Amino acid sequence: VERVGEIIEASTTDFVAQCYELYQSPPLGSLVKTKDLPVELYGIVYNAATTSLEPGRRPIARGKDEASEEEIYKSSPQLLQLLRSEFSALVVGYRENEKLYHYLPPKPARIHGFVHLCLPGEVKEFSQSFDFLNILINTHLPVPADELIAACLRQMSQVYEDPHPFLVAAGKELAILLSGDFNQLKAILGRIKQ
Amino acid sequence: MTQEDSGGQRLGIVVSGSLNKGIEVKLDSSASVEEMAVGRYVTIEGEKRRFFGMITDISLGVIDQKLTLTPPDVSDPFMAEVLAGTSTYGTLHVLPTLTIGGDAASLLEGPQPVKTVPIHFSTVNLASQRDVELVFGSEDERKFYIGTPLDMETKICLDLPELVKRSNGIFGKSGTGKTFLTRLLLIGILQKGTAVNLVFDMHSEYGWESRSEEGRKVKALKQLFPSKVAVFTLDEEGSRRRQVSTDFVVRIGYDEIEPEDMVLLRQTLNLTEPAVEAVYQLSRRFGKNWLQNSLDRKDSEETRELLKEMSIHESTYQNLQRGLATIRRLPFLVPHTPDNPVKRILEYLDQGINVVLEFGRYTDITAYILVANLLTRRIHAQYRERMEKAIGEDIALPRPLVITIEEAHRFLNPELASQTIFGTIAREMRKYNVTLLIIDQRPSGIDSEVMSQIGTKITCLLDNDRDIDSVLAGVSGKSELKSVLSRLESRQQALIFGHAVPMPVVVRTREYGSPESYKDFIPGGEAEIRKQAEKDIEELWK
Repeated sequence: VERVGEIIEASTTDFVAQCYELYQSPPLGSLVKTKDLPVELYGIVYNAATTSLEPGRRPIARGKDEASEEEIYKSSPQLLQLLRSEFSALVVGYRENEKLYHYLPPKPARIHGFVHLCLPGEVKEFSQSFDFLNILINTHLPVPADELIAACLRQMSQVYEDPHPFLVAAGKELAILLSGDFNQLKAILGRIKQ
Repeated sequence: MTQEDSGGQRLGIVVSGSLNKGIEVKLDSSASVEEMAVGRYVTIEGEKRRFFGMITDISLGVIDQKLTLTPPDVSDPFMAEVLAGTSTYGTLHVLPTLTIGGDAASLLEGPQPVKTVPIHFSTVNLASQRDVELVFGSEDERKFYIGTPLDMETKICLDLPELVKRSNGIFGKSGTGKTFLTRLLLIGILQKGTAVNLVFDMHSEYGWESRSEEGRKVKALKQLFPSKVAVFTLDEEGSRRRQVSTDFVVRIGYDEIEPEDMVLLRQTLNLTEPAVEAVYQLSRRFGKNWLQNSLDRKDSEETRELLKEMSIHESTYQNLQRGLATIRRLPFLVPHTPDNPVKRILEYLDQGINVVLEFGRYTDITAYILVANLLTRRIHAQYRERMEKAIGEDIALPRPLVITIEEAHRFLNPELASQTIFGTIAREMRKYNVTLLIIDQRPSGIDSEVMSQIGTKITCLLDNDRDIDSVLAGVSGKSELKSVLSRLESRQQALIFGHAVPMPVVVRTREYGSPESYKDFIPGGEAEIRKQAEKDIEELWK
């Protein structure tokens, strides 16, 4: 199981994890999980950022005399230590006693909990129910919900041999959830069609 | 679970409805609107009971009105697939007609008329073959297979003893298969032996073979059941030319025509009211010979004296004379006949032999009304007498008789219905074991009182509003059935509703006219005809 980070901030609805390597955050919309035995929490990556370690200290442009971008990192190796990549995931469900629940867990994740990218089998199992779409639609996030939902469905569809039936089923679920907002539905459908 | 076990393909769920107006069903996205058809059967799985109903309307819905204003790009298959059944969906309008209870007792009782509606979101399935069988029964000694429901192989059966207890009607525009349906029904009655038929066969189609619209030769009753059918004819020559083996040539004597027979002919002979009155006067004066007497009478002083005496106006008399001249031209009318056709018909009917009276070339309505009414009135009187006797002496009732008449609107119209014997039979119904089988293309022309007494109506396509209204008058779910009726195919499809079927049903009528079809009609005993049918098949392949 690929470990992608460690939790550094957690609340009931989401958690923030720092990547061990700079720029190695999981793709937008991918399904990740963290263990807090006996509960396993599932989250969908909704945001990723790379910032300076110290909040007050912003990076400055260094490439004026360098030939390529790579040269910058080569000539200033300390940069990799001064910057960090982190990503945020929205909690969309949990597993307890082998049973999968598509709603918020009783407790938030633990700090320093390891975050893993879910395996295709797990993604398939989780995406049997589209209840998580409701959480994605109704949570106020810094990224547009349309983009996140579309990205998430695109990611999930990759684990299916034939993604078409999955996308159609998801689209139908969205059509019901977004029955009052046809424009949003159209925007999402436009982003997930192949 | 196989499809049969689960009761047919799932269509959708109940979303709203009322007992009066029917039930709205939202189609699942897996069920295509275009595959639905009005007239099809569905079952609704309620909480405690199953409902049986018919699709009567199909419509389209959208979840958000905005979709109709800014339609999505459906050329994109993905978009179209997602929206189908969710944002855009089909709805069915279902008319529930019967319920089948869940417990054992109600299963034994069989389907009952519907008195409530299923709960919200009950599952709606296409009715399976077994469901249809449960409702319409299967072929047995009472039930006759008339056709199959749309898109199904199940047999729809009519309860014939029940059917012949009341008068029945077969309606439809010309060329929609009324004659074929009538033949089928007559064969059914014959096959099950539930009643004897007397057919007034205006176009000589029921006794001996005739041609179908495609020009194919089609066998009729006498050829299929030679021992059970007698063909009477008015037109001996014509029958001989068509090589029909007739059993009796009907001749009617002038002395058999009574004033009541003339009343019916008032319209067709263009008689005035006083002229009809004059007939009664003449009859009172001359008795049975009134017609002969009137025909022989010359324009003489004596005649004028007579008219004056009876206070008949001269113009009235002339009007009557003109009418009588038309009758006189009918060759089957003779001054006197040695044999009595009524007696002969009754003899055959008593033996259980069905009588088809061919009119041959006398397809003129005057002849038809005159003969049909004249014979029926006397036969009915005989039946009435026998029935009363049977009740009084507690002996076996006379065999039920079904009289088939065509062009019924000509003598069951509101002006005549109260006067003809057919109006009486239709109203009195089964009291005297005589019922009618009315075949007509203009049901709106038939008196509403008569129409209301018709037990089972079988109607092919009708497209005149007034005709449809008159056929459906008084039926529950009229407006729903109306949409079904006006969308029947113009051939081989009929809507059956009324006494002999538990619920209205659209059938594709059973095949008639091919050698195989004849074989099915003939019961096991008559091996001869079976052989004949096989020979016919062989001939087809030569």
